[in-house]
Amino acid sequence: MKQSQIRVLIAKPGLDGHDRGAKVIARALRDAGFEVIYTGIRQTPQMIAEAALQEDVDVVGLSILSGAHMTLCPKVVELLHAQGQEDVLVLLGGIIPDEDAAQLKAAGVHAVFGPGTTSTEIIAFIRSAMAGG
Amino acid sequence: MPKPVPTEQLIDYLLRGDRLALARAISRVEDDAGAAARIVKAVFAHTGQAHLIGITGAPGTGKSTLVSALVESYRANGDTVGVLAVDPTSPFSGGALLGDRVRMTSHSGDAGVFIRSMATRWGTGGLAKASADALLLLDAAGFDRVLVETVGAGQAEIEIARIADSVVVVEAPGLGDEVQAIKAGLLEIADIFAVNKADRRGAARTVAALEMMLETGGAAAQTVIHHGQRMETGAAESDTEAEDGWSIPVLKTIAVSGGGVAQLRDALDRHREWLGESGARATRERMRLDHMLQTLVQAEMLARMERTLSPGLRSDLVDLMQRRKTDPYSAAADVIKKLSG
Ligand code: B12
Ligand SMILES: Nc1nc2c(ncn2[C@@H]2O[C@H](COP(=O)(O)OP(=O)(O)OP(=O)(O)O)[C@@H](O)[C@H]2O)c(=O)[nH]1
Ligand SMILES: [Mg+2]
Repeated sequence: MKQSQIRVLIAKPGLDGHDRGAKVIARALRDAGFEVIYTGIRQTPQMIAEAALQEDVDVVGLSILSGAHMTLCPKVVELLHAQGQEDVLVLLGGIIPDEDAAQLKAAGVHAVFGPGTTSTEIIAFIRSAMAGG
Repeated sequence: MPKPVPTEQLIDYLLRGDRLALARAISRVEDDAGAAARIVKAVFAHTGQAHLIGITGAPGTGKSTLVSALVESYRANGDTVGVLAVDPTSPFSGGALLGDRVRMTSHSGDAGVFIRSMATRWGTGGLAKASADALLLLDAAGFDRVLVETVGAGQAEIEIARIADSVVVVEAPGLGDEVQAIKAGLLEIADIFAVNKADRRGAARTVAALEMMLETGGAAAQTVIHHGQRMETGAAESDTEAEDGWSIPVLKTIAVSGGGVAQLRDALDRHREWLGESGARATRERMRLDHMLQTLVQAEMLARMERTLSPGLRSDLVDLMQRRKTDPYSAAADVIKKLSG
């Protein structure tokens, strides 16, 4: 159970320039009372893991619409675990086919949110995960 | 480092240079006053080494970009750098969108750099309540330079002058009357002016306006505010001497390309040297520590009041005041007597 302020990193890995969704989510989470660190586009998995460490976030949110999720996401998860952040909640949003989503969940991504997801759903998911549920 | 580590162990890791421990210690001083006390007690003896540099100025003048360029410049010189980037908490939701980091991504993979974003939460003056403690942690972790970016500041956000050794006020051309607007606040706390975006039209005019202001009203204003701050610490006699001999440089920078940044770094080095030679460093540190003392005592007295004074008793006192049976001063004196008794 986390009592303190919840900190979330929103990052766009890879060369994908579609940043609308990431910005929408970042703002919605801010308005829900979270502290959101936005790192912008063109981040390597190394950059994302390093930012997650320095910012000591509870949640890492990745946004990928380019199709490169199968290489980028497992790498981010692997780096987070290697640096001692096994407990960080990893979320993914964007254009992700269902069969990929299943595989990514097996690789340590906690949840995948596609187009049309409401921010209410995402906020509820984070709150419940932080409450230990 | 395993996850739920006790605070004592966290401190151990932190002092040995563990970055995750540093990150978690900063969260703990933000979230929990009790942990903050234990952590600061343990690391305080290891502080006082870093050069603490404040970067402030109006929104969008290029503070984050300039911080990033300065970091690069310091790294080229072999200095390690910690950065604390403060952005405002939304008063409506209590959440925050911390975006300074977007401009600082080029230092990724460099173990000599540590960047941390911080929301103001309920702090005032352009910083968070935990900012001063976080600086102590970055200092204790051994960074040579510690840079603090305040929220985009107007004239009231001058808290940075209390916690930094050197304050850089960032200006940008083309903001019209904004130079006038900062006169009342930021001008008085600047040790160095950086007119950023010098690639834009009007930079020379902004430089000239600032220089004129420093030659005329500005210098007088500076003495006044420094008197004001000094007086709080009860050492009004020594004020003018300590600040003597530093003339505030006005430098042009182009943060996006690194132009003028080496000159800014040199000016910061000269300022630090001057701080040491003139005794101003010690004076400012005393001011800072005195202020921390005051803040902590205030917070503890307030907490004690919340604990000791039952809501009923407190409401009774307000009733008495409202019926003019007692006055606010006497009521406060009553409460204070109860707290110390
Ligand atoms: C708008 C758009 C653009 C704009 C982007 C503007 C911008 N700055 O974002 C422009 C015109 C620039 C553009 C360009 C391109 N696009 Co385009 N674009 C779209 C489009 C139509 C909508 C995307 C969008 O903004 N949606 C609105 C936002 C709010 O939704 P969202 O991002 O999906 O986010 C939601 C969820 O996914 C989720 N979510 C997203 N991120 C996150 C993060 C977290 C942490 C969480 C919890 C949730 C979450 O929550 C959000 C709210 O519901 C999509 C088609 C589509 N239907 O998605 C194609 C699409 C993404 N583009 C596509 C392509 C191919 C391109 C280009 C390569 C085209 C080209 N050949 O030039 C370029 C590449 C640009 C680049 N540099 O990467 C393809 C991608 C195909 C693929 N994945 O294999 C798509 C799917 C179109 C298609 N069907 O072919 N595009
Ligand atoms: N032309 C020009 N643009 C610059 C320069 N420095 C920064 N910028 C741009 O100015 C904009 C704001 O820069 P930031 O560094 O985010 O400014 P900031 O003062 O940190 O902003 P806040 O933190 O929001 O107050 C960005 O688009 C930068 O690219 C410069 O020297 N020249
Ligand atoms: Mg900034």
